[in-house]
This record gives sequence, structure tokens and C-alpha cells, in this order.
Amino acid sequence: MKQRYSLSVNGAQVDVEAEPETSLLTVLRNDLDLKGARFGCGSGLCGACFVQVDGAVVPSCDTPMWSVDHKSVVTVEGLAGDDRLHPVQQALLDEQAGQCGYCLAGVLVSAAALLDTNPRPDEQAVVEALDRHLCRCGVQGRIVRAVVRAGQEPI
Amino acid sequence: MSLASTPPDIPTLPKSLAANPILSRWVNVHSDGVVDVRVGKVELGQGILTALAQLAADELDVDLAQVRMLPANTASGPDEGLTSGSMSVADSGPAVRLVAANVRALFVGEAARRWQVDAERVTVVSGRIASPQTPDTTSYAELAESVDLGIAADAGVPVKTLEQQRVTGTSAPRLDLPDKVAGRARFIHDLRLPGQLFGRVLRPPSPGARLVAVDVSRVADLDVQVVRDGSFLGVVGADEAQATRAVEILRGSTTWDERDTLPDESDLDTYLRAGPHEPIPVIEDDPGTQQHDRGLRATYSRPFIAHASMAPSCGIALWQGDGRLAVWSHSQGIHGLRNAIAQVLDLEPESVTVEHAEGAGCYGHNGADDAAFDAVLLARAVPGRPVQVQWSRADELSWSPFGSAMTADVNATVDEQGRLTSWAYDVWSQGHTARPGYAGNPGLLAATHLEAPWTYSAPTDPPAARGGGTTRNAVPIYGIPHRRITGHRLTETSIRSSALRALGAHMNVFAIESFMDELAQLVGQDPLAFRLAHLDDERGRRVLQAAARAAGWGQDTPDGVGRGIGFARYKGRGAYCAVVAEVEAEHDVRVRRLTIAVDVGRVVNPDGVRNQIEGGATQATSWTVKERVRFDRRRVTSDDWERYPILLFSEAPQIDVEIVPNPGLPSLGAGEAAQGPTTAAIANAVADAIGIRVRHLPLTADAVVAAIESEQL
Ligand code: FES
Ligand code: FES
Repeated sequence: MKQRYSLSVNGAQVDVEAEPETSLLTVLRNDLDLKGARFGCGSGLCGACFVQVDGAVVPSCDTPMWSVDHKSVVTVEGLAGDDRLHPVQQALLDEQAGQCGYCLAGVLVSAAALLDTNPRPDEQAVVEALDRHLCRCGVQGRIVRAVVRAGQEPI
Repeated sequence: MSLASTPPDIPTLPKSLAANPILSRWVNVHSDGVVDVRVGKVELGQGILTALAQLAADELDVDLAQVRMLPANTASGPDEGLTSGSMSVADSGPAVRLVAANVRALFVGEAARRWQVDAERVTVVSGRIASPQTPDTTSYAELAESVDLGIAADAGVPVKTLEQQRVTGTSAPRLDLPDKVAGRARFIHDLRLPGQLFGRVLRPPSPGARLVAVDVSRVADLDVQVVRDGSFLGVVGADEAQATRAVEILRGSTTWDERDTLPDESDLDTYLRAGPHEPIPVIEDDPGTQQHDRGLRATYSRPFIAHASMAPSCGIALWQGDGRLAVWSHSQGIHGLRNAIAQVLDLEPESVTVEHAEGAGCYGHNGADDAAFDAVLLARAVPGRPVQVQWSRADELSWSPFGSAMTADVNATVDEQGRLTSWAYDVWSQGHTARPGYAGNPGLLAATHLEAPWTYSAPTDPPAARGGGTTRNAVPIYGIPHRRITGHRLTETSIRSSALRALGAHMNVFAIESFMDELAQLVGQDPLAFRLAHLDDERGRRVLQAAARAAGWGQDTPDGVGRGIGFARYKGRGAYCAVVAEVEAEHDVRVRRLTIAVDVGRVVNPDGVRNQIEGGATQATSWTVKERVRFDRRRVTSDDWERYPILLFSEAPQIDVEIVPNPGLPSLGAGEAAQGPTTAAIANAVADAIGIRVRHLPLTADAVVAAIESEQL
């Protein structure tokens, strides 16, 4: 049975109908037309779908709708708002840190959360923050460089 | 030494252009000044469209921002075969350049005709067309309506010289990256066509399974339609979550007839050598017995390796009212896919259109074609509605074709001066291609599950002219007087294998370059010096020396750290790549640093080349230290990221890439060059670190322990 849920997504209040067990990822992609979070594994093991729920980074593929009622969700599309880029998005472009790019949206969500708590992370801190993400194209080195660089940009 | 060929007297069209000579199939100029370029090559995450756009911008004398690269399409774009084998810039580049030069010439001609001036003196800068003979200027945009591009390319139109190119050779940023960083819809998974439904397939539990019965009543209360054809079972519905749930419910309400069809994973060596085989004689000199020389022999192997792309395969199909079929796929070969679909369903190929849509990183023949065909079968049940099929992670890891397991014996002799005198090499493998159309088979997975199932012959190998498969890079680049090199391709196989980045070159380079180190040790020489002593190829020498220099070769390493080198020229005629690895091998193998030098001839985009090499080397590191497809005699068991672990951020090596410049020589692809050299360098570094040679991949803690134990026997 579908239920009605109301939550904040990237700062906007939304009401959606979904079965309680339907994943947040499915609702973001199919009902809210936010395609940034991607399906990679469906079991919390790859990071492609990561979003922030009340500030915590979680796999949206493994987050049922019943658990996000009245919560605040931020996806890659909401990291900076409007058509602007978050400094870490810009840093990824500056370092050309991507190949296929499928992993990047989730990586960016984790990286932005890291920068919120640790605005000047060193390489070690970045690697730790991203260790739940997989990147099959082998762009890890560039991504780490970019996130460190984002921390060094003047705020 | 120069590889530059002398121009033939009569100019001829590059291969893919000769097959598709009409300009408008490649380029269209719009009245807003945008130039659409449609090539037959597809974006796989490797940045090919950016590189080709750079070439086009230079020939047209427009800014890169004016060029728009369109997705490949079987109906309206050129057929350039597969996007594979690191051949895209080499294949498509000359065609794109000549087409763009022709287009520029036509626009210049039109301007000259209007102004009554000399075409030779007309200039084009950033798309503005001018002449010293008139104060007027015009542009591509203004002339777009008057120039007819529906004519054949003229091979005699000159293209830009190296000095005239402005965009080519620069690190232009990737055209597709802004969308991906912003999280915009870009992938096939993101497409939502009007009226689109979601499809899911319930794959058999094992490769040899047949569906006996299914109880569909258990999904009766869900809003899905069940589609069955033999052992092919799937659902279609408007709600993706319901479709996924329906498949899970059906999984528990099906009865399958399963059999043990898989080889013994713990003894792939026996499986690969048992045959029957097709022998592939590569070099047939008789090495004879070099009486007074010292000999050495060794066996190396690798397991089956999965593509393990970050996204599950996805396909979309729509059966239109008039019997026409439209398909969207992230296939590497949309024309081959179209023909295969037509073959299975007995359709006219012309009634099927396949358009490319981007998927996640593609490193060979993955599940893209299969997912497209799944969509075709499910969409047949709902004519007029597009159906998008997305695989599960488990299906992606267990049903996409694998890179074949391989095993090789090397047997060589050296004389008293430490020079190689003979080399015998045998390599056993399944074939490295089962792409749509291989050996006349459609090659589509679901076709083997239909009521009237297709059975396919064993995977084959690309012909020697395309680099071979089992024997790709089986010939050492080093000077050796007597050689016998033979491949043995299994002609009866029970696991589906196909093209995975570098094909057999990964294993062959690992074996050759490991063995070169073993021989160097035998004769008491430094591994680099031993290689150089047997290497005449100047470009190769430069690349080896550049990597060694950058890595500090010869300097001491800290305790517990080993250093090793690996080198090859991909396919014997492609890019040169040398890798120096630094590893720690105390408990398990940690690759700290890879220092790489490459020579890819003329570089279209230096940062793009670096990115490809870094990515290839990182992926090869993952193959080397972690990866192995697991199965029992019935099922593939490595079907999630815990059972098929790949390299983590914390395990990724630091990588430095040096491009050895060779701008006067043809461009060589970079995508596959690093695979073999990286694995070999890591294996050699492990031997350097622990004093024991590990000859069987992956180089896990268990493999290291096993090597130590067998050494002690
Ligand atoms: S898709 Fe959610 S973690 Fe992989
Ligand atoms: S860029 Fe392709 S998976 Fe990370």
C-alpha cells in the first residue's frame, strides 16, 4: 500500500506517494526526476547512490521511504543549489577527475560532507571518507587530489 | 627511423570514410552556428568524443564549443564497426579530419562564389569567414542553408599540418564531464521516454539451468506483466520498484532443472590444457636444443576476470506500430547488435535502429548487448511502449562475459654471455570474443534461453591482423634468435568469455615480463639492463629508460618495499608502455606507486592520454592483487562486491605518467597499453620485495603463501 511521505529534498518541501519499502533512490530518480544518485549495486556496497539524510551520508538504494519521512535529503544536485557548482564539483572539473563519471555523484556527496566537518582535509582524511566508494575506471588518484584541492581553495 | 609513410600518388579515403563517403552522414552545420558531428565510435568513458571534436574543430577552424558530438546511430550515422582495441583515434581520426576539411572547403567555396573572390585567399577564424579582397565577412551559420553536404568526400582536400593545429594536442577538458559532475541525466539509465515501462529479467540460477515451472499467481496482485519464452522470464510494469519486487517474488516461485556445467575453479590449469584446442601457430622457428646453454622454464596463469562496471547493464527497446524496432544501447558495436537482433528474431536489419546511449565505463564486451536484447524481448509484449531493462548487480557480475582464464609455459635458454638464445612459449585460453556476430552467432545471452534456444560455438579470437586474442602480445619484443610461439584456444568451453581490456595481452605480457626478470636473475643482470641488452627498438628503449629514470631505478628501496619493471608495445604495433611498480609485500601486496612512461605517437589530448593510462594501470592493479571470478561446479558465486572485491580508494597506488613525445608519428590508442606492463611490474616488484616469485594471479596473501610453500618443497 502506498503511503504519503513529506520530506525536504535539496531544500524544497516535497510530498510523494510510495510504498514504505520502496527505496529513496527509486523515488529520487523516478518521482522527483533527480538522476544524480545512480544505481550501482542496490546493497550499500558501491557508493554510486549516496545522498545525505539529515547531514549523514547514506546509501539511498538501501534507505526505505518509511525511514525518511520528515527528513531532509541532499543529493548531488543540491550540493550548491541553482545552477552553481559546489567547490568540490569545480575541483573535480579542474582536475578532470572522471572517466565514465558514473561513480562521481555519490563521491561528491561524501566529499562535500567531509568538507563540511573538515574544511582542510589531507589526503589521508579524503581517502578514508571515500573508502566506501568504488570507481572501476581507476580515477581514484585524481578524485583524491581534487577533494584535497577543494579544501585548499579560498572560501 | 621514421614510420611516416610516403603519400600515395592518388589520395584515397580513410577506411571508415570510404565505406560512408557522404559528408552529411558525418557533419551537419546549423544556422545557429552549431556544427553537429556524428561518428561511428562511441563514448565509453574514455573521452573519445572530446578527442574527435578537437580534430574536427581544427579542420573547420571553429572553436571547440561550436562542435556538438551526437550519439552514434545505425540509421543516420556512419558504420565504423566496434569501438575497441584502442583503435578509435586511429580509425576515426583521419575520417573526421578529412570530412571536416571537406566541409570547410565547401563553405569557403560558397563564400568565394558569393563575393567573387579567390577561394585560396579566404580565411576562417573561430568560424568567421573572411577575405582580404572584400570588407564583408560571413560565417558557417550564415551559409549553412546554402551549402549542400549531401555529397561524397573528396580525398584530395588537404588537412591541417601539425603546425596549423591549435586545438589538437592540447588538454581540452572533457565535453561530457560537466553533466556528470552536476549529476545531470546523461546515462542510458537516466532516459525516460514517453510512456516508458520498466522491465526486469529473472535470470536462471546457473548457466546450465532450464526453467521447468513458474507460479505466476504469486505476483498477480502486482501491476506487472510476466513475459516468458522458454527459460527467459521477465516482467514489465510502470512502477520500477514493483517490477523489481516481482522478480524477487518469482525467484521463489520457479522450478529449475540445474546441472553442473562449470570447470573446477581450483584447477583451471587442467581445464585450459585438456582441450580440444585450435592451435594458433604464431612463430614456428624451431628453438631446437641449445646444447651448451642454460635453460629456464616456468608456468604462469591468471583466473577469469569480470568487467565489474560500476553500472549494471541497461537497454531500452520500443516496438513501433509499423513493425519497426528502435533500440537504445551502450553497446560497443551498435551495427553488430542490430544485425544480431535481426538474426535472432528473423527481421530485416533495416527495420531495426540502434542508437548509442552512454553507459558506465566499458572495458570490453560487457552485458550491454544482452541487456538491449532483454529489452527487445520484453518490449515485444507491450507494442508501442518503450521498455527499459536494467540488470541487477548480481547479474552484472555473473552473466556479463568474463575475460578468459589463461595459462602459459615459457621455456628459454641463455648463452654464457647472458644473451637469450631461444624462447618457446605456449599459451592456453578460451577465446577472447563472443561479441554479437562472432563466428556467425548472434551471441546474445537471452537467445540461449528461448523456447527455441540458440546454441553458440565457443568464443573465438580476433584475427591476427586485428591483434589476435589468445596470442595478443605473445611475441616478445626482444631480440631472440630462435623462437616458437603457439596459442591453444579451447574449442569447447563452459564459461562465457569475451573481450576484456587488452584481451590475451594482459596475461602474455605478465608471463613474458615476469620471465625476463627470472632470466635476468639467472644470468645475474639488472632487469632493466637485461631488457635493454635485448631491445633494438629505439622508441621502446626510450620509454623503458624514461620510466626507469622517473622511478629512481637503481636506488635503494626501504625495507619490505620491492621495485619491479614491466614493458610492452601493445599488440606489437600500438602504444609503448613501461611501468615501474613499488610494492610492500609483508602481509598482503600493497602497490604504493606506479611510475609510467608511454609513447602513443601524436597526442591529440595529453591529459586524456594520462587519464586513460592512470585508469588502466589502476584497474590492472585491481586485477593483479584482488580479482578472481569464483564459481562452484554449478553457479558463479562471486556475484556481489564482497565476493568480487575490487580496488578501494585506500588501495589505489600513486601514479605518475610521462608521455614520451613523438608528435610526427601516427596516434596510437592508450586505453589498453598499461594492462600487461602494470601487472608484470607489480609481480616483479613482489619478487623483489620477498625474494620469491609468484606466478599465478591474483597476487593475494594466499597466493604469496602458496608460492612460499611451493618454493620450500
Ligand atoms: S547502489 Fe547504493 S551503494 Fe551501490
Ligand atoms: S569514473 Fe567510471 S566508475 Fe568512476
